[in-house]
Parts: sequence; structure tokens; C-alpha cells
Amino acid sequence: MSNGDSPSVIGTARVKRGLADMLRGGVIMDVVNPEQAKIAEDAGAVAVMALERVPADIRRDGGVARMSDPEMIRGIQQTVTIPVMAKARIGHFAEAQILQALDVDYIDESEVLTPADEVNHIDKWSFTVPFVCGATNLGEALRRIGEGACMIRSKGEAGTGNIVEAVRHLRTINQQIRRLQSADASELFSLAKDLQSPLPLVEEVAERGELPVPMFCAGGISTPADASLVMQLGAQAVFVGSGIFKSEDPERMARAIVEATTHYQDAAIVAKVSTGLGAAMKGAETATLEQRLAERGW
Amino acid sequence: MPRVGVLALQGDVREHVAVLSRLGVTTSTVRTASQLDDVEALVLPGGESTAIAHLLGTSGLRAALESRLSDHMPVFGTCAGLILLSSQVLDGREDQWSFGALDVSVRRNGYGRQVASFEAPIEVRGLGVVPGVFIRAPRIDAVGTEVEVLAEHDHGDGPHPVLVRQGSVWGCSFHPELTSSSDIHRMFVDSLPV
Repeated sequence: MSNGDSPSVIGTARVKRGLADMLRGGVIMDVVNPEQAKIAEDAGAVAVMALERVPADIRRDGGVARMSDPEMIRGIQQTVTIPVMAKARIGHFAEAQILQALDVDYIDESEVLTPADEVNHIDKWSFTVPFVCGATNLGEALRRIGEGACMIRSKGEAGTGNIVEAVRHLRTINQQIRRLQSADASELFSLAKDLQSPLPLVEEVAERGELPVPMFCAGGISTPADASLVMQLGAQAVFVGSGIFKSEDPERMARAIVEATTHYQDAAIVAKVSTGLGAAMKGAETATLEQRLAERGW
Repeated sequence: MPRVGVLALQGDVREHVAVLSRLGVTTSTVRTASQLDDVEALVLPGGESTAIAHLLGTSGLRAALESRLSDHMPVFGTCAGLILLSSQVLDGREDQWSFGALDVSVRRNGYGRQVASFEAPIEVRGLGVVPGVFIRAPRIDAVGTEVEVLAEHDHGDGPHPVLVRQGSVWGCSFHPELTSSSDIHRMFVDSLPV
């Protein structure tokens, strides 16, 4: 019965996408230190994203935003039992190599950090660790999947506490998927050209009616109602960045967003957990932003 | 044919629903205690065991499921589901609890973090070889005398059980639901009282 002689294989597409499958229905929380990571795990987070500054602070402080200090990532790994993700700059494959060497569980090649390459994203197939990437539309999502991304998150506009961009991106992706589903085989060639996406992936989406990898939502989620909204719009899990630790009562907000993500179809539960939460993060009107992070990545 | 629920608080719920549907089993998702009343058996999916444990507490399902387990409701847990059913959890959170329905000691992430996640063929007693997908998988380090070991895997440090059964309680450290094989789910379904 023993399989001592049989080969086992690491880094397959199935184990990389599989971890994303395991995170479905959950909340991934941005944390900047082990104390916040512990609060996130206590609140029921399925994973944490270790970073130096939450997007709202990156926006406020300016400067170049880079990969986090390995010491901080290690401290968080030692504190929690759930998966620990970390961000690399777009195109910065050396940062990604370091994060893989640190044994992080997922790398976010993220527009929240300052891009390192204005043309190329990281060749994600060459890594054992899986990658998540942001997308604002279906073409962008399929290009990232073509490069090896194993999870897509709609970008939204990070650090704003404003859900409007996340809704725009989710609706856009959903509409473009429905367009592919209504196309006949000969139309798919032209649609693939318009989407600037690999034809086999376009055909797969047309067949399945969804992305080939899990689609999560990020960028602007700051209340339980926001989480319920994006889950009802087809997100399979949510990333919450500034929305928790920039709120008045982070522990309570974290728990409430976890409950709302699981029970998003039950408005009575979402109403209950939304009650007496204290102030959500202040947030920003997107029309007034100097820098739109979602425009980074191509 | 009994109705089989899939615990749907978090994790790879839809994959289990899909396999059970392929087998012609009537299924429903379970997020509340009242939904648990509607099913005769339950699958606990893969996911994050700490998050699912937290949500079991807040939803009232922890007490309801404890009561059903003491009434010998058939259950099948994969990965996080195995952890939740086990009698002892090693390398977990300090306050990590489990139902203790399956007399096994499991080590969380016993095969390593995500970069060590792997696939390997698994030979199941009386069934043959099935694909094994192990994702930050728990490792079964010890089993009680009442536990039947249906498959083992040697990951270079000696064989460890990967599929076990104790009466109506089944546990699996890998993810049959992520493959096109329905065989292990069929074993569970075939074991259910008609």
C-alpha cells in the first residue's frame, strides 16, 4: 500500500490553483505586523497579505512602494497558521524569487506597489509558488492567466475605501464572459484579438462561462455590505486591504466582514453583523485621486 | 438515497457538490443549523480549518453538528474537514478545537507550506490507484485502534495514512474532489444506509 517508490510532483497547476479553491468564500486581510496578523486569524481570515504599508498609507505617503522586509514576513509566518501571501512589484521577478525562497504561500504581483517593468509581467510559470494578479477586464485577466497566474482578483481602486471601481471591474469581466458565451466558434477568433488574449483561454471561457481560475475581488471593500455586494456580483472571495485596520474597531470590522462574506446571500445576517460596528474607513472619491493604481499593469 | 449535505461556510464546496451530483446523489449546501436538519450525511470540504472552525462557532453549527455526530451521522472530511473531525491537532492554533469524531492525530501543514504542496498517485485498498492532490495538507501522525487505514503515502519519511475510516466517519488528507475521479466519494456514498 505504500507509495515509497512513486513520484510526487510539486508546483503543478492543480496544486497552485487548488490553494485558491481552498480560499473560496473567505476573506484575505492586509496586515503590516504580527499583531494585526493575529487579529485577522482570530477573526476568521483564510489568509493574510503581509505588506509594509496598507494601500491607504502608500497613497498618502507616496514614494516607491516595494516588496516587504523578509524579517516582517517571517514574523507573520511564525505568528499565524493560515496561508501568508506577500506582494511583489509588477515585473520584478527577483522580488518574487526572494518571496518564494521565504516560503510564502501566494505571491500577489500587485499594482499597489510601484511597477518595476512597464512592458512585461513576471513569467509566473517558472515558479513553484502560485501567483495572484489583478485585472480590470477579461482581456487583462486572460493575459495574466496566460503568464501563469493561478488566481485573478478584480483590481478595484486600492486604498480608497470606495467600492465603485471594484463593481465596475467585476461587472466588466462578467459582461465580457457573457459575450463570449453567446459567440459562435468563428467569432471567437476576432474576440480573442479584441481582448488581446490567448485563443485557447478565450475558448475555455466561452465553454465554461467563467475564468479558468478562481476570481476574487479586491480594492475598496470596507464594510460587510461591500463584501456581500461583490460576492453577489460573482466574486468567490474577497481581499480587504485598508478597510479593516483603517476602521474605528478593526477586530469587530474583521469579524463582520468574514460573516458577511460567508452569509452574503442572507441579508438578515449581514444586517446583524453590520450593526454597531463604529466608523468604516473614511475613504476617497475616486474622481479626486491623483494616482489611479488600477491603471498599472497591461 | 439519503441526502448528502456539503458544509458551505468556506472552502472548495462546489467541487464536492459537483462530484456528488455526478454520482447522482441529492445534495444541498449547509450554512446554518436548520439546513443541517435537512441532510442525512455531511461532507466537510477543504478550506482553512481555523476559518471554518470560527464560522462553525458563530453560525451555531458547532453544537448542532456535535449533536449529529454523537448520533452517528455519516460524515466525510477532506483536508481541513479531516482536521475538524480529528481527535488531536498538532501545530495548530493554541485554541484550536476539533470534533474528536475520528480517533486520529493530525499535524497541520504536516507536509510543509504551499511550495511543498504535491500530487502523487495513491493506492486505495480494494479500489486501486487514484490521483492524490495534497495542498498544505495535514499529515496523519497516529491512528487509534478503531480506525481502519484505507490508504497510505510515503513522502520520504515512512508511510503515513492518507485515507481513514472509523465506522461512519471518513477522513482524507488529500483532495479527491479536485480530480475527475469520483471513486472515493462513491466509497463513502455506497457506505451510507439506504
